[in-house]
Amino acid sequence: MLVKMKKIITLLVAIVTLTGTYAQKYVTKNGYIGFYSHTPVEDIKADNNQVAGVLDISTGDLVFQVLIKSFKFEKALMEEHFNENYLESDKFPRSTFTGKITNIASVDFSKPGSYDANVEGDLTIHGVTKKITAKGTLEVTSGSINANSKFTIAPEDYNIKIPNVVRNNIAKTLEVTVNMKYPLAEGK
Amino acid sequence: MKRLSTVVAFLLISGTIFAQNDLLDLLNEETQPEIEFANATFKSTRIMNGHSIERMPSGQLDFRISHRFGRINSGAYEFFGLDQANIRLGLEYGILDWLMAGIGRGTYEKTIDGFLKFTVLRQSSGARSMPVSVSVLSSAAINSLKWADPDRTNYFSSRLSYVHQVLIAPKIISSISLPLSPSFVHRNLVATELDPNDLWSLGAGGRVKITKRVSFNAEYYYLFNPKTYMGQQVLNPLSVGFDIETGGHVFQLIFTNSIAMIEKGFISETTGSWGKGDIHFGFNISRVFSFKK
Repeated sequence: MLVKMKKIITLLVAIVTLTGTYAQKYVTKNGYIGFYSHTPVEDIKADNNQVAGVLDISTGDLVFQVLIKSFKFEKALMEEHFNENYLESDKFPRSTFTGKITNIASVDFSKPGSYDANVEGDLTIHGVTKKITAKGTLEVTSGSINANSKFTIAPEDYNIKIPNVVRNNIAKTLEVTVNMKYPLAEGK
Repeated sequence: MKRLSTVVAFLLISGTIFAQNDLLDLLNEETQPEIEFANATFKSTRIMNGHSIERMPSGQLDFRISHRFGRINSGAYEFFGLDQANIRLGLEYGILDWLMAGIGRGTYEKTIDGFLKFTVLRQSSGARSMPVSVSVLSSAAINSLKWADPDRTNYFSSRLSYVHQVLIAPKIISSISLPLSPSFVHRNLVATELDPNDLWSLGAGGRVKITKRVSFNAEYYYLFNPKTYMGQQVLNPLSVGFDIETGGHVFQLIFTNSIAMIEKGFISETTGSWGKGDIHFGFNISRVFSFKK
């Protein structure tokens, strides 16, 4: 009886430990999101290397969160206008995305390689939440999972008003680039 | 045995609950609160005549053209002051993110001025809370008028004056900033024995945003030991006006009882009276060029 019980305990402990260490959620705090606006008048580019994100590879759930004030521009004046006039970062300090990789089942995380990913979810910018879909890639390497995507958004959709004076300086749609590198060591 | 399986079952279940936790919560746990700095406490480096806590960030050059016209009460013959113009041209550059330097040349006493402005504290919330932004301004001005009496022994140092200010400003809410500026003016040489060489004052004011691109600004300096300037009673300078931002430019429209556009002049040598209509209309234009790659 005692021997049997010991075996059971060992087995159960092993199960618990395994489920505990088998990482499914990967976290990064220094992902990249940038956007680019091209018009004949001027090009505007902003980078943010402090994007926090979690990817759950068992469900495909995906969230990002970014502080608006940590977008860096080439011109200080652009950065000020971005925060003060357009994104109103005092009122809406963060932007978030919560969504899903819908085809997560087709990704084999045990095999290094590049996999196509379809993403859909809710993007909140400037206090306005919109459903978006985007295509991207998941790159599985021995040390990390890299999630990359490029998509476009229109400032108007997020209630960001651009006055006529600068209408020609800011594109109607902005190209958004996302590069998230989830180190495998940071799994939860 | 039963107890053991309960514990194990509990552990397994709690693992599942953890998995179902909102990922956003996990993210919030993982990320440290960041320091959020208040930005754009003022639209420009000047409130009206006087400096604000703002400085040019590194690699940014501010070209400033400022005008003050004559007194409005000078009447239609003088086109309400617009026939006379005082100008100051300035080039002001951000050397580091906390240090800027500027030079300028003004009509008023044909003055060449230079200043250094340091950011000492930045208002922030989040991981570090700081209720105000503080900058320090040190400026010097050279009066380049011909000597009033060329026959006596004149020293170059007599042309110099210095102003030091501690600029303090909280951005209370996103649309309201309230600056306070204790100031000290020293003039090496003054015109008469009645004029003080050293003058202490306290600047106060406010900025209220009316729209995203237009704000109403006011600025007042209280003089602790006002005396005379060239035999006339020195009055406290009061300026009111608007900041209008148009993309690359900031226009400041000003009504003030001072004609000078540098600290030494408007703090210690203002003789116009608002009550009598000795008001000067004027404007500052600020155009910023970026030299940062």
